Amino acid sequence: MPVPVLAARDVHKSYGQGATRFDALKGVSLDVHEGESVAIVGKSGSGKSTLMHLLALLDKPTIGAIELSGRDAAALNGAVLNKTRNATFGFVFQQFFLTPGTTVLENVTLPLRIAGVRGAERKRRGMAALAQLELADKAKNRATDLSGGQKQRAVIARALVNNPSVIFADEPTGNLDSATGKVVEDILFDLNRTHGITLIIVTHDEDLAARCDRRIYVRDGLVVDSLTPTIQKEALA
Amino acid sequence: MNAFDLIRSAVGNSLRSKTRTLLTVIAIFIGAFTLTLTTAVGTGINNYIDSTVSAIGASDVMTVTIPAEDSNPLASSGPEEYDPGATVVGGGMGPSSIALTPSDIAALADVDGVLSVDPAISVTADYVQYGDGSQYQAAIGSFIPGMSIDLAAGVAPDMTATDYEVALPVSFVEPLGYAGNDTAIGTSIIIGLTSASGVSSTVTATVVGIAEAPLVGSASVIPNEALTQELYSVQSAGLTEAQADSYAAATVRFDENATETEINALKSDLTDLGYSGTTVSDQIGSFRTVIDAIVLVLNGFAIIALFAAGFGIVNTLLMSVQERTREIGLMKAMGMAGSKIFALFSFEAIFIGFLGSAVGIGAAMLAGLGINTLLAGGLLADLPGLTLVAFDPVSTAVIVVAVMAIAFIAGTIPALRAARQDPIESLRYE
Ligand SMILES: Nc1ncnc2c1ncn2[C@@H]1O[C@H](COP(=O)(O)OP(=O)(O)OP(=O)(O)O)[C@@H](O)[C@H]1O
Ligand SMILES: [Mg+2]
Repeated sequence: MPVPVLAARDVHKSYGQGATRFDALKGVSLDVHEGESVAIVGKSGSGKSTLMHLLALLDKPTIGAIELSGRDAAALNGAVLNKTRNATFGFVFQQFFLTPGTTVLENVTLPLRIAGVRGAERKRRGMAALAQLELADKAKNRATDLSGGQKQRAVIARALVNNPSVIFADEPTGNLDSATGKVVEDILFDLNRTHGITLIIVTHDEDLAARCDRRIYVRDGLVVDSLTPTIQKEALA
Repeated sequence: MNAFDLIRSAVGNSLRSKTRTLLTVIAIFIGAFTLTLTTAVGTGINNYIDSTVSAIGASDVMTVTIPAEDSNPLASSGPEEYDPGATVVGGGMGPSSIALTPSDIAALADVDGVLSVDPAISVTADYVQYGDGSQYQAAIGSFIPGMSIDLAAGVAPDMTATDYEVALPVSFVEPLGYAGNDTAIGTSIIIGLTSASGVSSTVTATVVGIAEAPLVGSASVIPNEALTQELYSVQSAGLTEAQADSYAAATVRFDENATETEINALKSDLTDLGYSGTTVSDQIGSFRTVIDAIVLVLNGFAIIALFAAGFGIVNTLLMSVQERTREIGLMKAMGMAGSKIFALFSFEAIFIGFLGSAVGIGAAMLAGLGINTLLAGGLLADLPGLTLVAFDPVSTAVIVVAVMAIAFIAGTIPALRAARQDPIESLRYE
C-alpha cells in the first residue's frame, strides 16, 4: 500500500469557546492517494469546507493530525507549509476571489508571483494556463468584467498555473448553470486523467460526486459512508 | 514574492483608490512643503552668513584686545581704580578695553601658535570725494591679507602694491557721481582727513574695485596696506610716540589649518596672559544661533504637521487592509509569508510618504524660486549676495528619508494587522 499524499487521523475541529463552542468535525479519518479524485459530499454546514481547509493545511485541527505524504503536518514549520501550499497545492475556493481592478492574467499568475517567478516566465506560464482553459483572449481584461463561467475557468487556471499535484475545489460548479458547470467538471477530470493531478472536490451535487473515484459522505462532523466504486467492483469480481 | 514585485504591487495597490491616496498625500505634502521651505530659508541665510564671514575677515586671524577688568557695564561694582599707565579705549555702554602697547605686541608674538602679530591701525576719514563732486562721510575699513571681498566690479586692493589703491562700497558709486560700477574703476578718489594736531589734508588713491554691501557692519571704503599706512601717518601727525604706538586691538594670525581645539587652546593661553581673542566665526556665531533657533521653531511646526499626516497614513492603510481582507486571505492561503504581507503594506506606506515628500519638495523649490525672484527685486534688493531660499541637497534628501521613515512607522500598525490575518477568517469575510 503506497503512502497517501494526504491523510486525516481522527481529526476534530472546534470553533469558539465555552457556551458558544461548536464542534464542526468530530473525529474524521481518511486517506487520499496520489492521482485519485475524491468527492467530499454532505449537507450545508456539515463540515465539508472545514475538512478541506484542514487537508489543505490552511488550518490546524483541534485534536488529531493531518499527514502530508506520511509526515505529521504539525511538525512542519511555517515556511514549509507556505511552500507546500504555494507549489504543491492548487485552490478553487467556494467564491471566486478574483482581485478587482487587476487583469485576468495578473489574477491567474498570483501563485507564481508569490513564488517569486520572474515576469517573462510568469507571463508565459500564465498564458499557457489560460490557453488550456480557452481564456487566452481575455488575458488583458479586468477579472471582474468576466462572466460567471469565465471567472470560474480563470480561477481553475490560477489553481493549475503552478503545476500542482493536488487541486482542492470547494463547490467548483456551485455558482454556475448546469451547462457551464459541466464544462468546468470536464476540465477538472481531464486534468486528473491526463496530468495525474489529485482532485479533492467538495460538493453537494450528487452528479458531480458520482464522477469521482470515491465519495466521502459527511454529516454533522462525522464521515458516515465512504464509497469506492472501483474497489467495490474489484471486490465483487 | 521578490522585492521588485512587492514594490510594484504596493505602488499599484496605492493607486487603486486614487482619491483616498491623494488626500493622504496632500496631508504629507503640506508638512514636507513647509519643512523644505523653512529649512531652505535657514540654509539660505546661513550660506549668506558664511560668504560674509570671509568678507569680514580671514579664517586664520584673531582680534586680540585687553579687556578692562570689569568689562560688563551692567554688572557695575563701583568705580575702578585709576591706573596712569593704562589708556582706556572705547567706553559708554559698550565693553571697554585697554589699549595695547608695543610691549603687548611683542608678548603676543611669543605666544605658542601665533604666527604673526599686527597692531590694528584704525583710520578715520572725514570724507571721500570724486573730482569736484560732493563730499561724503566714509568709514575706512581694515583689510587683512587672506580676507576676500564680495566684489561687484574690479579687483580687490593689492596689499603688496606701493601705489595707493582702494575699493569703494557699491552704495557710494552713484552719489559720488559715477555712471556705473565699471566707470569708477581706474579713477582717482580724494580722501580727506584731519590730523591729531587739527590740520586738514587729503590723500589721493586709485579705485580698483567695487564691493557688495555686507550683511553685518556698515559699508566701508577698503584701502590697501600702503594707503592705510599713509593715512595713519597723516592722521598721527602731532601725536607723541607713546600715543601713536597705542592700539585698540591687534590682529594675530595662526595656522590656517588649526583645528577648533587648537584655536580654543590659543584663546585660553591669551586669556591667561590677560588678553581676549575673538575670531570672525565667534562674531558670526551668535548670528547663526539666532537664525538656527528660528528655523528650529518653524521646522517644529512642520514636523507636527507631518505627524498629523502620519495618522492619515494609518487611517488610509487600515481602510485598505479592511477592503482587501479577502485578497490578503487568498495570498496567505496560496503560501505568501506574513513577513511579505507586512512588507507589501509597508512599501505602500513608504510610497505614499515618498509621493507626498517628492511633490512637497518640488512645490517648495518652485515656491522658493518665486520668492527669490520676488525678493531680489524688492525687499532684498540692497543685499545682492543674499539668496533667501537655498536648497541644500543633503537636507533635502534628509527630509525625503525622514518623511518616508514617518510613513513607514505609521504603516506598521496596518501592516502588522494584515500580516497577522488568519487566511481562513479572511476567506470567510463578506
Ligand atoms: N469560524 C467559525 N466560527 C464558528 N463556527 C464556524 C466557523 N467556521 C465554520 N463554522 C461552523 O462550522 C460548521 C461547518 O462549516 P463548513 O463551512 O465546513 O460547512 P460546509 O459543509 O462547507 O457548508 P456549505 O456547504 O454551506 O459550504 C458550520 O455549522 C459553521 O457554522
Ligand atoms: Mg463550504
